[in-house]
Amino acid sequence: MPLLRPTGHWIRRNLVVIAGLGTLAYLILPNVVVLVFSFNKPNGRFNYEWQRFSTDAWSDPCGVADMCGSLTLSLKLAVWATIGATVLGTMIAFALARYRFRARGAVSSLVFLPMAMPEVVMAASLATLFLNMGVDFGFWTILIAHIMFCLSFVVTAVKARVMSMDPRLEQAAQDLYATPAQTFWRVTLPIAAPGIASGALLSFALSFDDFVITNFNAGSTVTFPMFVWGSAQRGTPVQINVIGTAMFAIAVLCVLAGRLAGSRRKRSR
Amino acid sequence: MTAPPKTTPAGPTATAGPTRPPAAPAVRRAAVRKRLVPYWLLLPGMLWLLVFFVAPMVYQASTSIQTGSLEAGFKVTWHISTYWDALAEYYPQFLRSVLYAATATALCLLLGYPLAYVIAFKAGRWRNLLMVLVIAPFFTSFLIRTLAWKTILSDGGPVVGALNTLHLLDLTDWIGLTQGQRVLATPLAVVCGLTYNFLPFMILPLYTSLERIDGRLHEAAQDLYARPFTTFRKVTFPLSMPGVVAGTLLTFIPAAGDYINAELLGSTDEKMVGNVIQSQFLRVLDYPTAAALSFLLMTAILAMVTVYIRKSGTEDLL
Repeated sequence: MPLLRPTGHWIRRNLVVIAGLGTLAYLILPNVVVLVFSFNKPNGRFNYEWQRFSTDAWSDPCGVADMCGSLTLSLKLAVWATIGATVLGTMIAFALARYRFRARGAVSSLVFLPMAMPEVVMAASLATLFLNMGVDFGFWTILIAHIMFCLSFVVTAVKARVMSMDPRLEQAAQDLYATPAQTFWRVTLPIAAPGIASGALLSFALSFDDFVITNFNAGSTVTFPMFVWGSAQRGTPVQINVIGTAMFAIAVLCVLAGRLAGSRRKRSR
Repeated sequence: MTAPPKTTPAGPTATAGPTRPPAAPAVRRAAVRKRLVPYWLLLPGMLWLLVFFVAPMVYQASTSIQTGSLEAGFKVTWHISTYWDALAEYYPQFLRSVLYAATATALCLLLGYPLAYVIAFKAGRWRNLLMVLVIAPFFTSFLIRTLAWKTILSDGGPVVGALNTLHLLDLTDWIGLTQGQRVLATPLAVVCGLTYNFLPFMILPLYTSLERIDGRLHEAAQDLYARPFTTFRKVTFPLSMPGVVAGTLLTFIPAAGDYINAELLGSTDEKMVGNVIQSQFLRVLDYPTAAALSFLLMTAILAMVTVYIRKSGTEDLL
C-alpha cells in the first residue's frame, strides 16, 4: 500500500507528540464539559445530561441560594491564608537558606512532612485536637488549617529561590556601605520576590480549592468547594459551571498576561 | 503572627568563618543577637507547625487507644484492639486504596511522560502555551471537574457508547473493571478520576527534570549511532529519574488518601480507606476507629515512601 506507508511512517515519527497531545486532551476535556454545560438547561436537579441551550445561568450567576456567599467566604479565607502562610513561610525559608544552626535537619523534615502526608490524615488529626480542646469549628479553625498546610509549599518555593541567589550581590551592597536593613529591602527581597510570589500564588490556589481539610474542620461553615460537594448530593445548579468556567478563564488570562509581560521585559533588556 | 525581627540576615559569611578574637562586650552582644536571628525567624512558623501539625498527630495517636462514648467522654485505656478491629473490618478498603493509587500512579506516569517530554523538547515556541494548558485546569475547582467526569462517563454518554461499539466493555467487565453496560460507579471510573486529578502532579516534576537535560547529550548519543529509543532508554530516562520519583510520590500519596473520586464516581464497592475515615469521623462519630485508621494509613504510606526512596537511590531529593 504505497499511500498508507507515509502515513504510518509519519505516525511512528510523531508518536510522542500524538501521545502527549492525547494526554493534554484528557486534561482539558473536563474543563470543556464544564464550559459546555454552563449553557445547559437541565430538566431535573442535576446538570449531568445535555438538554437544551440557555444562557440563564450566565445572566444570573448568583441565582442559587448560598452559593455566592460561600464563594466570598472562600476568597476571604484564601487571602488571609495566603498572607499568613507567605509571611511565616518566607521567614522559615530565609532561616533555612541563609543560616547554619542546630536542628536545621529537623526543621527541614518538619517542613517537608505536611506535604508527604495524605490530606485526610492531617484533617482528621487536627479536627480531633480541636474537638478535644472544645474549640468551635468555623472560620478560624479553617484558617488555621489552611495556613498550616500552605506553609510548607511557601517554604519550598522561597527557599529554592534564595538558595540560587548569588551571595556576592549582597556583599557588593555591603561594600557600598548599605546597612543590613538597606541590603535586605533593596537587594535581597527584590531578588527573592519571584519565589515569594509563586509561593503566595500556590497558597492562594491550594487554600481556595481545598476540600478535604476544610470538610473536617469547618463545622457548619460552607466554603465554595463544600458547597459543590453538598450540591453533588442535593442537585447541581448550572451556576457551579459558570463559576468554574469563569475561574478557568480568569486564570488563563492572568497567566498569559504575566508571561507576555515577562517576555516583553526580557526583550527590552 | 509576630513581626519579623529587626536584625536582618546578612550574607552567608556572617555566621560561617573562623572564630574571631575576643571582643568588647557590646560587640559580643551583637554577635549573640546575630546568632539568634535564625531562631527568631523560625519561631512563629515552627510554633504553628508544632501546635497544629505535630500536636494533632500525637493527639490522634492517643485517641486511637481511647475508649468511651460521645456522651461519657473518651479516656485512654490502651485499647490496642481498636487497630485489630479496624483492620479486620476495613482491610478491603485499605488494600483497594493501595491498589487504586498504584494503578493511577502508573497510568499518570504512562500518560504524563509523553506530554512532559513534548513540552520539554518538541514544543518550541508553543512551550509556554502548553504549560499554561497543563496548569490552568487547576483553577477550576477540582470538585467541579470531577463532577464533569460524571457527564463524560455517564451511561448514555460518548465513552460508554464508544467502548460498547468496540466491545471493550465486555472485556473490562470480564476483568472486573466495569459492571454490565456501565462505566460510572465502577473501579474503572474511580481509577480514571484519580489519574485525572493527580496527573499535573506527575507532569510538573517530570517536566522540571527533563528540561534540565542538556540537549547536546541527545546529539552525542545519536552521533554514537544510538537509535531514538536507545537514546531514550540509556540517556533521557535515567536523567529524568528525580522527576519520576518526585512525580510518583506526589501522585501516590494523595491518591492513596483520597476519598472524593471514590465518593463521586464510585459505588459502595469502590470505597477507599479515606471514605472510611471520613464517615467514621464525620458521620458515625467513632473517633478512635477513625484515628486508628488514619494512623495506619500514615504509617503505611511513610513506610512505602521510605522504601521507595531508598530503592530508587534518590535520597538527596529530600
